[in-house]
Amino acid sequence: MSMAGTRVKVLAVVAALAAIALIVPHTGSFVILLATRALAFSILVMSLDILLGYTGLASLGQAAYLGIGAYTTAILATRYQFGLGYDFWLVIVLGMLGGALLAVLFGMLAIRATGVYFLMITLALGQCVWGLAYRWNSLTGGDNGINLPQRPKFGIDLADEVTFFYVVLSIFTISLLIMYTLVRSPFGRSLVGIRERELRMKILGYNTWLHKYLAFVIAGGFGGLAGVLWAHTAGIVSPENVVLTTSVDALLMAVLGGAGTLVGGVIGAMIVFGLREYLSTLVPWWQYALGAVYVLTIFYLPTGLMGIPERIRRRRALLGNRRDSKELASVAS
Amino acid sequence: MDTRFWLIQTFNGVSYGALLFLVGSGLSLIFGVMRIVNLAHGSYFLLGGYVALSVIWATGSWLLALPVAAMAVAVLGLVMERVFLRPLGFDPLRQVLLTVGFAFLLQQAALDIWSGNNFDISPPAALTRSVVLGGLYLPLYRVFMIAVALAIGLALWLTMEKTRLGATIRATVDDAQMARGVGIDTSFISMLIFALGAFLAALGGVIGGAFLGIYPGLDFEMLPIVFAVVIIGGMGSLGGAAIGALLVGLADNFGKALFPEVSYFTLYAPMALILAVKPTGLFGRE
Repeated sequence: MSMAGTRVKVLAVVAALAAIALIVPHTGSFVILLATRALAFSILVMSLDILLGYTGLASLGQAAYLGIGAYTTAILATRYQFGLGYDFWLVIVLGMLGGALLAVLFGMLAIRATGVYFLMITLALGQCVWGLAYRWNSLTGGDNGINLPQRPKFGIDLADEVTFFYVVLSIFTISLLIMYTLVRSPFGRSLVGIRERELRMKILGYNTWLHKYLAFVIAGGFGGLAGVLWAHTAGIVSPENVVLTTSVDALLMAVLGGAGTLVGGVIGAMIVFGLREYLSTLVPWWQYALGAVYVLTIFYLPTGLMGIPERIRRRRALLGNRRDSKELASVAS
Repeated sequence: MDTRFWLIQTFNGVSYGALLFLVGSGLSLIFGVMRIVNLAHGSYFLLGGYVALSVIWATGSWLLALPVAAMAVAVLGLVMERVFLRPLGFDPLRQVLLTVGFAFLLQQAALDIWSGNNFDISPPAALTRSVVLGGLYLPLYRVFMIAVALAIGLALWLTMEKTRLGATIRATVDDAQMARGVGIDTSFISMLIFALGAFLAALGGVIGGAFLGIYPGLDFEMLPIVFAVVIIGGMGSLGGAAIGALLVGLADNFGKALFPEVSYFTLYAPMALILAVKPTGLFGRE
């Protein structure tokens, strides 16, 4: 990719974020909440994209890390009234640590597996976390989950929708920046190398296991961060957050937007949340629309929505070539 | 906790394992032959139950509901495989996402057709009695479940081991490319196995509906449990599916009875460990 092309893309993302920051607060509280939810969840989707899009590891258990962050937040808040003031920032650190530590543990089991087996083992590990959340009543509140008392207040009051939206947007932007820097670093480049051809990277002397493991742990940390924000966004944490379908949602959002693009995940999250929470208030058949979007994406847009410009460019180039050869042919005759 | 407790729980575990075998054997064969992680398998289970309900409401016959539901869902599976999965080619991620897309579509369709209520499938009165065995009252229905699983298992085993078709299926599981090379129509085998898997899952839905109930969300509740069966036992192996089903059935029952707070954890943690150590499962074909 050319430098200019990258600069245009970065500018487009900055412009889009600025537009979101300026427009969303002036809409109704419904849209503000929707955008907040989508942004918080997007951090999870981007963390998954580091694995899926850059390392080539499709995880079916990413919700586990969201769950660790969310349950940590909820349990600290309800049992110890911790994290409801300035210590909110400490909870963010704890949530990230929790997610990363879980990934340290799970990664040791999962990283060796590839392809379908990686899907299966991450599914199993995710189900372990779900099982605990669902059944360990004394800690997690079981099926009912845990209601959070209130949002943190420290100088600013996060109970205010717009304030909270800005906080989530800021944390989201910082996360995007960190992850973007990461995937463009030499480390990120080696991840792509592993995705493309692991054997070659091994022969070149890279410790591919360690690379994948680190990517897995970093993704876990950001998953935990998403969980902390999610807990305060939703106001309730329940096994629903760690269930298999939540992991699947994250995967679909990443693919829908375009794997290996980071921001694609945000677009995917916006569309899915939009369809699910907005369309569902309008029409009863919204889930068909969602299902159809998934099936169509998988069939016709394997590179996701972010891949559309590239496809158009290619088609144009193809048409251009054809025209050139026709002209050549007419000149010759 | 005396002997009675252990006997009853073991019996319950084995009969639940019998149900899991019905659903898991199909999934295991599908994975073995096509290497597809079919996340719509739970939907086949649920749809089987729903179609059976409709048949029972219309005709009052439970016996008729069994084959009709299983065949209807088998046709659905066949169409899914031919029209959608086959053209997709081999890409685990896209296959998984496609099957899950279908799971969502089927979930919504079931909700629209059969509403969100909980239903029970009531078996014929003859099966609702209990038999007394050594002082224990055993529900006849659970005995029936074990019998069905044994019969189906035997039929599958005989087909797999003793017929030409079974040999071609085994060859496809072991090495699909090689099987194609010696002239086996692996595309046909895939279609057949996928339909068979859907058939067995739906059958499980009808039979299991009597004591699990039929309700929205059951599809994604069954799915991971069945995956645990397939993975613990080993993918692509019938014997493995049987042992996996038995282990999961027992672990689930005793887990819930003895240490309820970590009961699901004790189910999925071994699954993850087995995958980490031996990805093909305890008895999977290498």
